[in-house]
Amino acid sequence: MHEVSLMQAALAIALDHAKAQGTHKIHALELHVGMQSGVVPEALAFAFDIVSAGTAAQGAELRLETIPTRCYCPHCQHDFQPADWVYECPTCHGISTDVRQGQDLELASLEVS
Amino acid sequence: MCGTCGCGASQQEAVDAGNQQVLHLHQSLLAKNDRYAEQNRALFRHLLAINLLSSPGAGKTTLVQRLLGDRDLIAATSPLSQHQGPVKAGVIVGDLATDRDAERLRQTGAPVVQITTGTLCHLEADMVARAAQALTLADLNLLIIENVGNLVCPAAYDLGEDLRLVLMSVTEGEDKPLKYPTMFKSAHAVIISKIDLAEVVGFKRAEALHYLHLIAPQALVFELSATTGEGLASFYAYLEQAIFQCHRKVSSVQAS
Repeated sequence: MHEVSLMQAALAIALDHAKAQGTHKIHALELHVGMQSGVVPEALAFAFDIVSAGTAAQGAELRLETIPTRCYCPHCQHDFQPADWVYECPTCHGISTDVRQGQDLELASLEVS
Repeated sequence: MCGTCGCGASQQEAVDAGNQQVLHLHQSLLAKNDRYAEQNRALFRHLLAINLLSSPGAGKTTLVQRLLGDRDLIAATSPLSQHQGPVKAGVIVGDLATDRDAERLRQTGAPVVQITTGTLCHLEADMVARAAQALTLADLNLLIIENVGNLVCPAAYDLGEDLRLVLMSVTEGEDKPLKYPTMFKSAHAVIISKIDLAEVVGFKRAEALHYLHLIAPQALVFELSATTGEGLASFYAYLEQAIFQCHRKVSSVQAS
C-alpha cells in the first residue's frame, strides 16, 4: 500500500502549484500511471479520498490514465507493446530488457481556479 | 506542444477555461525520493551499496549474517585484497517493528543501524540517508541495505544503491517472478535461497529458472544456502568483483 505515500506526494506537488498560481481550489488532477510502475490505480483512487480530505483538492476529480508498456527490440530495431509481463518481441521472439515507456508515475496536469 | 504528452500546451502554461486554469506539470511522484537517492549515491560512491529485497522470511537476514561472518574470507584471493584488504561491511536494516534483525546482525561485530518504519511497507531514500549518518561510511567498502520484507512496494523506491539483489527461497515456490514481475524486472541479480531444502519441498529448479528468464532476463542468478554454505563462493566472487569496481572507479577519479 505505498499508494498512500505516492498520493501524498502527488497532492503535495498539486497544492504547491495551485498556491504558486494564486488559486484556491483544485478541481481535477490527472495522473499518468505506467503499466510497469507497480501501482494499482484503484488503490491510488482510494488513497486520494483520504489524503485530500480538508485540503484545496477535496472533492476534486481524479483522472488516472494508464500508460502502456513499450519495449525496444535491439535485434529487430523497433518498438513494440508487449502482450503481458513477458516482454517478448512479436517478430523475433527475443525477450527485451529495454523498456522505453510504462515505468513512469507522474502528475500530468491540474485544473485549478 | 508541451513536449511530454503532446497535449498542445506548453509546460507550466496556464490555459484559461472559463475561470478555471489547466496547469501542465508532468512531475514525477517519486521526484523527491529520487533527489535523495542521488544524494545517497554521491555519499556511497566509494563503496558498493546493495538494496536487498524479498518477501518476509526468504532469508535476507540469514544471508547477511552469514556474509558478515565470512567477511574475512571474502576477497582473500581476489584483486580486492591487494588494493583494499578485506571486506568492511556496514548494514542498514528496515523492519516495520522491533530491532531483532539488527541485534542478530550486531553479533557479527559489524556496524548495524535499524530503521523501524512503523506502518510504512518500504524504505525510502531519505530514511536511508538519515540512517547512514550513524555509520562511518569512509571506513566501509560495502553497505548492505536490507529492505522491509515485501515484493511489491519497495520496487518503486531508488535508495541510491549500486545493485539490487532480490531473494526468492525454494520454500516460496517457483512462480514468484510471475507474481511479482515489477520487482524481479528491477533486479541486477536474483538469489534463490535455502537450496538445502529444495529436495524436501519438491522445488522445480528448471521451472523457476525458466520463469526468471521470461520475466528478468537481465538478472544474474545465484543458487545458495546461507545455512550449509552451498553456492556461496560464486556469490562472494560476484560481490568482490563489484566492490573492486567501485574502488577502481573512485581511484581513477582521484588519479585524474
